Amino acid sequence: MAPAVNDFSLQVATVNGSGSQSSNSVLLRALFQMGIPVSGKNLFPSNIAGLPTWYTIRASRDGWVARKKELDLLVAMNGETAAEDVAALRPGTPVVYDAPLGLDQGRADLGWYPVPFDALVAPLAPDAKLRKLLRNMVYVGTLSRLLELELPEVELAIGRVFDGKPKAVALNVAAARAGFEHAGAFTRPPGLAARRMDATRGKIIVDGNAAAAHGALFGGVTVLAWYPITPSSSLAEALIADLAAHRRGPDGTPSYAVVQAEDELSAIGMVLGAGWAGARAMTATSGPGISLMGELAGLGAYAEIPAVVWDVQRVGPSTGLPTRTQQADLLSTAFLSHGDTGHPLLLPGSVEECFTFGHQAFDLAERLQTPVFVLSDLDLGMNQWMAEPFRYPEAPMDRGKVLGRADLERLGGFARYADVDGDGIGWRTLPGTDHPRAAYFTRGSGHDERAGYSEKGEVYEKNMLRLARKLDGARALLPEPVATGAGAEVGVVAFGSSDPAVRESRAQLAAERGLAVDYLRVRAWPFAAAVRDFVAAHQRVYVVEQNRDGQLAGLLRLELAAPLAGRLRSLARSDGLPLDARTVTDAVLAHEEA
Amino acid sequence: MASTSTAPAAPAEPRVNRLGLPILEYRGGKTTLCAGCGHNAISERILEAYFDLGIPPEQVAKFSGIGCSSKSPAYFLGRSHAFNGVHGRMPAVATGALLANRTLHGVGVSGDGDTASIGMGQFVHLMRRNLPLVYVIEDNGVYGLTKGQFSATADPGSVLKGGAVADLPAIDTCALAIQLGAGFVARSFSGDKKQLSALLHAAIAHGGTALLDVISPCVTFNDHQGSTKSFAYVKAHDEPLQELSFVPALEEITLDHEPGTTAEVTLHDGSRLRLRKLEAGYDPRQRAAAVARLMGAQAAGEVLTGLLFVDPLAPTLVDRLGLPPEPLATLPPERVRPPRAVLDAINASLR
Ligand SMILES: Cc1ncc(C[n+]2csc(CCOP(=O)(O)OP(=O)(O)O)c2C)c(N)n1
Ligand code: SF4
Ligand SMILES: [Mg+2]
Repeated sequence: MAPAVNDFSLQVATVNGSGSQSSNSVLLRALFQMGIPVSGKNLFPSNIAGLPTWYTIRASRDGWVARKKELDLLVAMNGETAAEDVAALRPGTPVVYDAPLGLDQGRADLGWYPVPFDALVAPLAPDAKLRKLLRNMVYVGTLSRLLELELPEVELAIGRVFDGKPKAVALNVAAARAGFEHAGAFTRPPGLAARRMDATRGKIIVDGNAAAAHGALFGGVTVLAWYPITPSSSLAEALIADLAAHRRGPDGTPSYAVVQAEDELSAIGMVLGAGWAGARAMTATSGPGISLMGELAGLGAYAEIPAVVWDVQRVGPSTGLPTRTQQADLLSTAFLSHGDTGHPLLLPGSVEECFTFGHQAFDLAERLQTPVFVLSDLDLGMNQWMAEPFRYPEAPMDRGKVLGRADLERLGGFARYADVDGDGIGWRTLPGTDHPRAAYFTRGSGHDERAGYSEKGEVYEKNMLRLARKLDGARALLPEPVATGAGAEVGVVAFGSSDPAVRESRAQLAAERGLAVDYLRVRAWPFAAAVRDFVAAHQRVYVVEQNRDGQLAGLLRLELAAPLAGRLRSLARSDGLPLDARTVTDAVLAHEEA
Repeated sequence: MASTSTAPAAPAEPRVNRLGLPILEYRGGKTTLCAGCGHNAISERILEAYFDLGIPPEQVAKFSGIGCSSKSPAYFLGRSHAFNGVHGRMPAVATGALLANRTLHGVGVSGDGDTASIGMGQFVHLMRRNLPLVYVIEDNGVYGLTKGQFSATADPGSVLKGGAVADLPAIDTCALAIQLGAGFVARSFSGDKKQLSALLHAAIAHGGTALLDVISPCVTFNDHQGSTKSFAYVKAHDEPLQELSFVPALEEITLDHEPGTTAEVTLHDGSRLRLRKLEAGYDPRQRAAAVARLMGAQAAGEVLTGLLFVDPLAPTLVDRLGLPPEPLATLPPERVRPPRAVLDAINASLR
């Protein structure tokens, strides 16, 4: 489709560590401030400085925020990748480039916009390092003119991005203006333009990791133990900043403890220790950390200890592509550890849900007395998303089944693992409870209802069946799936950050082929009953996910009886880039029109 | 309670501590360890110490990893909560629990395998952090529970029953702990009731991590001729640095020693550990000298016991984090969920 007003995707190809992040944020914000729906995707290398990186900004008047494969404009700042970047463009695509690269000697079918960045920033600052950073703000000015992005909005966005630093704001505004002036001599690329609209009023822009951190803050987290790993580090770091800002008493006393652990084994160990003692404790990690947590995660499930573990997924196996996105930890987290272990999973599909699951995860972990895994991913966690403002948690915290001193006095004692309520969930006491019958012995070895050591087969099996009932009961407590559309023959099931691509693909299938597709987005495992009903109501169900093996399809097959399982068609794919709608549409059509 | 004055044949009332509790209330389940195992003696000393100090058992939390040694928390302080975790990860679990509730008295029991092999990473980082915790290593030079393989604390030259000879350098957990900044480091012997008892009392009274490496012979797999962790070997090679006695916080000081031969260490809670020096010149406040002395002992085949190092004022993890006096775990909602205005401000900053 040809680019149009408020419907384009532009890419900036640059070098890691050159400060282009601020410039790209300014562009994103300026479009957002003009009321135009936007999304930004950072494609960066596993490196601190000097390797190629690409940032894509999509403006979409229809509100689509998935990655769009086709580019409508390129800013080529990186000589190393320029030839390849340019070769991939469709005829007619405008290219803003660093003039000394001489790119216009290549393809004649592209629109060439040379900008002498070094010459334009030379008069702005004497310091060479600073000039290097300012170069990037020049293209912002140039694009502002080419796309008719309102310059005052650009300048306002610069003020936001360089918050509170008047000197930096002034310099960057000057750089943007220089780029804007330079572009005065250009003929604007036909069709491409940004026009003020009113689709972002009241909305916020935020990344999923910050949203998750805010959620945990309002969830009353008191212990955070973590070990740095991309793409989860910024979640822990945002939470640390949140806690420092909002969780100190009038005398500065914190209501929390943060420990940077020596590894993920220790991080999950600390979280379990804290959860056992009654704290709302969490950690954030990615696949390699999840692998290390295996043994203790199993202990947490078997000894029934609340914990919240965020897995911001990246491309595996092993170190894989550590700065690319994937949804391939579904199976490894659902069954993390040896033995018959199962953990509830929460699957946020938006930054709003990163926030709500950020606090709800604690309620669920304490209610179910078990580790709860929240599966985000790099795309959701580290990219900027438009969202509705976060909603204050209205429900009081659910601290689960805990017996205090008065309860014990009334009851005379308790059996830690007895299923007194028929929901598979026992009552626990916290260490320090001032009653001679409060104590129980927490262990990963076989235990009876009173937490006593037992190797008896029937005692073990009875306990394991109770744990199975508890996990089964979780279906009704976990977030319901979200259904869109009804009555179609074809259904799609997806989760997490695949959501924007699937929603856009439905529109494409309807508009281009007249194919109606119902959509169910699952938000938790074990699945709610509605998941089975959805499959039963459709002849063919495509399971869209970002991995190789179809892990969501696999989980569905485990739970569905034979005839229903046969309706599933796995559309799993992953090259590490965020899923785009065209890929989904093509994959569905390849089946439907085969 | 019925009066006993008219019943001259009634047995004497059991001795009670300052809480009025008899020692029975500090006992645990019946041990399932081998008869004569050093670990059993250590369990006795631990429960006696909490009894003597009059600490309510409900205020104690017990932690352990996996091994014969790590089973032992089931055999003392039955009125205390316990967390018997996985192999080598006791330190992390204890850290989380004691940060969640800083009012608990934490005691961790580990083995030489649990600490010096699989758990080495967690051990050294715990020592650095100085978490308030009594950390007891029940050190027998072997993996008892998996039937007697060498552990990393086995001295080179030590022989297993089947004839295998340890040929790697032994890890000295005490030397490591001192080097890493631990505030209380001691070595003792399960068979030395008096010394172990004094050290345990002092360890409980200490404010930060108190590491006690207690040589605790495995009577089943490592108590034979040729083992350097047998009762006979340790008795023959024990080099106590001091004669120790513990003076509770409330007791009067009575000085009856020759100047220069006795020293006192005042602990976090005001109680004191009195040291009558058996080795002139050894000062347990000198970190580098302590490590050097330990290395010398290792080379000479001595089992150096006593208080190896102490720094009662070293800041703990709880101090560094500035935690409030009450447990984080049970802070009321209004202290852990910020008000609506905070969320409004966050939303506004993202517009
Ligand atoms: C992850 C893991 N690996 C191996 C084991 C098997 N295992 C159980 S106890 C133990 C060694 C215990 O030795 P130590 O800590 O010295 O305790 P002891 O029995 O000597 O008191 C081993 C290797 C285990 N439980 N978990
Ligand atoms: S095997 Fe050794 S360590 Fe284990 S209980 Fe028996 S004597 Fe003690
Ligand atoms: Mg051992």
